[in-house]
Amino acid sequence: MTSKIVNFNLNGRDVEVMAKPLTTLQTVLREQLHYTATKAGCKQGGCGSCTVLVNGEPMASCLLPVEDVVGQQITTLEGLTPAEGLHPIQEAFFENYAIQCGYCSPGMIMVIKALLDRNPQPTREEIIEAIAGNLCRCTGYEPIIEAAQDAARRLNDG
Amino acid sequence: MTESEKKLNVVGKSVPRRDGVGHVTGKTVYVDDITFPDMLYLKMVRSPVHHARIKGLDFSAAEEVPGFVRALTHQDVPKNIYTILCLIGVGPDEEPVLAEDKVLYKGEPIAAILAETEDAAVEAASRVIPDLEELPAVFDVEEALKPDAPILKEWGTNHFVYEGHHCRRVRLGDVERAFGEADYIVEERYQTSPIEHAPTETTACVAKPEPNGRYTVYTNTQALYFTLDNTALILQLPFNKLHFVGGTVGGAFGGKVDVIVEPIAILGAMKTGRPVKFRYTREEEMRVSSTRSAWRLYYKDGVMKNGQIIARQITSYADSGAYNRHTPYAVTKHAANVAGPYAIPNVWIDAYCVYTNRQPASAMRGFGVTPASFAIEVQMDKIAETIGMDPWEIRFVNAYRNGDIKPHQKIVEDATLIETMQAAAEMVGHGLSDRSLAMNSWDREKV
Amino acid sequence: MAKLRGTGIAAVNYPTGMNLGGDPSQALIHATTTGTFMISLASTDLGQGLKTVLAQIGAETLGLPFENVLINTGDTDTGPHCMGTFASRATHRVGNAIIMAAEEARKVMMEVAADELEVSPDDLETDGQGNILVKGSPDRSINIVDLALAAHFKYGKTISGRGIYMKPKSDVDPETGKMDPDSTEAHACSVADVEVDTETGEVTVLSLKSAYEGGRQVNPALVKGQIRGGSFMSVSHALYETTAPYYPAPDHSPGSFSEYVIPGPYEAPEIESVVLEYPSVNGPYGAKGVGEMTANSGIPAIINAVSNAIGVRLTEYPVTPEKVLHALEESPNATSH
Ligand code: FES
Ligand code: FES
Repeated sequence: MTSKIVNFNLNGRDVEVMAKPLTTLQTVLREQLHYTATKAGCKQGGCGSCTVLVNGEPMASCLLPVEDVVGQQITTLEGLTPAEGLHPIQEAFFENYAIQCGYCSPGMIMVIKALLDRNPQPTREEIIEAIAGNLCRCTGYEPIIEAAQDAARRLNDG
Repeated sequence: MTESEKKLNVVGKSVPRRDGVGHVTGKTVYVDDITFPDMLYLKMVRSPVHHARIKGLDFSAAEEVPGFVRALTHQDVPKNIYTILCLIGVGPDEEPVLAEDKVLYKGEPIAAILAETEDAAVEAASRVIPDLEELPAVFDVEEALKPDAPILKEWGTNHFVYEGHHCRRVRLGDVERAFGEADYIVEERYQTSPIEHAPTETTACVAKPEPNGRYTVYTNTQALYFTLDNTALILQLPFNKLHFVGGTVGGAFGGKVDVIVEPIAILGAMKTGRPVKFRYTREEEMRVSSTRSAWRLYYKDGVMKNGQIIARQITSYADSGAYNRHTPYAVTKHAANVAGPYAIPNVWIDAYCVYTNRQPASAMRGFGVTPASFAIEVQMDKIAETIGMDPWEIRFVNAYRNGDIKPHQKIVEDATLIETMQAAAEMVGHGLSDRSLAMNSWDREKV
Repeated sequence: MAKLRGTGIAAVNYPTGMNLGGDPSQALIHATTTGTFMISLASTDLGQGLKTVLAQIGAETLGLPFENVLINTGDTDTGPHCMGTFASRATHRVGNAIIMAAEEARKVMMEVAADELEVSPDDLETDGQGNILVKGSPDRSINIVDLALAAHFKYGKTISGRGIYMKPKSDVDPETGKMDPDSTEAHACSVADVEVDTETGEVTVLSLKSAYEGGRQVNPALVKGQIRGGSFMSVSHALYETTAPYYPAPDHSPGSFSEYVIPGPYEAPEIESVVLEYPSVNGPYGAKGVGEMTANSGIPAIINAVSNAIGVRLTEYPVTPEKVLHALEESPNATSH
């Protein structure tokens, strides 16, 4: 299988990579571009730690062949973090102790980002629905739900 | 109380996490985030069956895979047979880094493949079909102790030997006499399940040869020195050739205290002169990595009409799977706790560490105590029901106090069971008897 | 075809540490020229927040602000020995080692301050804000930055300390099991309310309310994190998780998160807790250890609640819908519900 050149937009910057067919976006991000905020908890689509936004929609990058994102806008957690300080969702996760080992955090933050972009005032049920595909083995989810609610408040007030 | 304890400035405050900004920005570096340009990947050839004799291994098809670098077998491992608790005097050695003539569980590593890419390593490993003669397997702890069970261990039994005994024993008082005096005898069998730790980050390490002849090992072990020391023994390396770097882990729950990925990755680095990454897939984490052991427990209690438990006899079996890992130690911790936080004058405990043809068990959050707490507390409800007593009251009647003696003859200090139960009752609005409300952990009322 | 409700309780102890082979951890501490204290360790943070808690303990003993203390851990070339992070031991063992190291460093710090302020070290105290003051006359003080500069460049002194905590090895008597395997006991008592669907066998944990006593809380927010995460894990263990669904048969072992059932936020019950603090006699500032225990009391409380709901005593976990339905079939009074 010969590699092909793939172009996409990563966090506002055009990138070009060489990849074999069926190489996942996760592998390209982590192992070629060294964007390691996107995690690799299972590579089976079962944990959500690899969630990135594709044109604003949360997707498991471990199931996504990179050739499927040609010309698309990809956002990773690196793209959310401002040059100085934290994004309000990050602040909310930090201040509400919605992080323990931190391995689920990038994926969680990306799904919350997608949720709040399309629904700035989600209900508790809508937050649960949004994070239901993301595993957190440490927190029991409640701190993450609280952080999402707090993030919504911060964004709406800000 | 020393002066510094009187007025606390920082202790007791909910200061922000030191690693929090790293976690929310994804800038915290975990082991799998570390790569080196000339790094190789390691994958295991694993046993497809639960118990077998190994008759042969053929690497010729694997060698054809583009990117294949080399294979490692048990002959490459300087001290192939080990047991990690040797550091605290537990023996004998019994687990191979790579299987020699037998495999004792499905998924047991037989050979390691090093390749230029992970895909190539997976492909090459899949092409090594070991020639196996399957043997009868045993999965039940009590079956494993029967005379006709297939024997898994060189020393001729399927249980760990505790200083000449079949099991860890605890003896206090005289249970037989007390059973004779008891108003009720309450018996039950309990069973727990093997459970996967399922940390979101899988077990991984990167071993990198350094120009000064040392090896830097990036690892997510829960115990850096414990792993380093065991690794040096397995590889017969001077301890100062190893430099372990870690301290940041994506969840563990006890699943990252076995010494599994580091020795073989370093060996790969020694044999190739290149950095080697060995990371478990999620499937390996579930099917091959250690689990919480399953336990079977038999309780027999002698109870008086007033609720007092005067005798408790327990036989429990930890399913260690195929190898020791941490289970012999868990059984001892279990034995010290399996009678519960209760003051019982006559206790008899036999706790077994049993080997079966299952993926090895090891440490997990609650190490030997979780199954004990489960069985004790279901048994307390059963006793309450048998004698017609309120489940809260039965626990207060028997609660241990400071100064009491535990079955393993340790004097209780720092007991606060009574206060904790009182707080829980208040929280849910459950009315307690005057006697239970008046109790505390420091004075035993004079009856 | 009904929804049955039940309540169950459980009370547990949990021991801190494990010294059947000796159980030491060490800490080294040194001040920089400008008064930051570096604590060097080889301990591991599993996510519970160890790096934070240990900095708090160091700052407390030194009498300095949290910000003045840095933790450098996770490197065997720079950090002294640590047995590891397990057995609810790290806060207790490493915390005690840090207190010992920080006391030694604090002694030098106070001596230098005494020389600079021309008083006896016994007449000095720290204000927790970065100053060392003469007791009773707070206008006579020295800032830690000036103090550290003086120590290094005027007196040629290193403000440093060494600490180790070791509970010596306890040998177990093979005949009687006499041993002293741990350091202190934490406690928990949980009350679970459940609802059982008798048609599907499914159990819903409605609430899990618990009281915990884990000695002094070094960081209450982090303790709460352990409580919430541990409580959730107890629900997961009690009702869902197994790598051998037909144990002891090894078949159907799961290989992915779609096969290995861990509940998600939909299944999370209402979790409530109160925390009591009875400082331990041997813990750092009285801390015990809460990491493991929080996952223990919920399991029997939930199972007792299910038994209470269906009128059959369950003695195995996980209590899967299949096991509930079996129990209901065998129940003598199954029809009475
Ligand atoms: S790594 Fe993609 S879902 Fe787990
Ligand atoms: S914080 Fe560890 S998995 Fe969520």
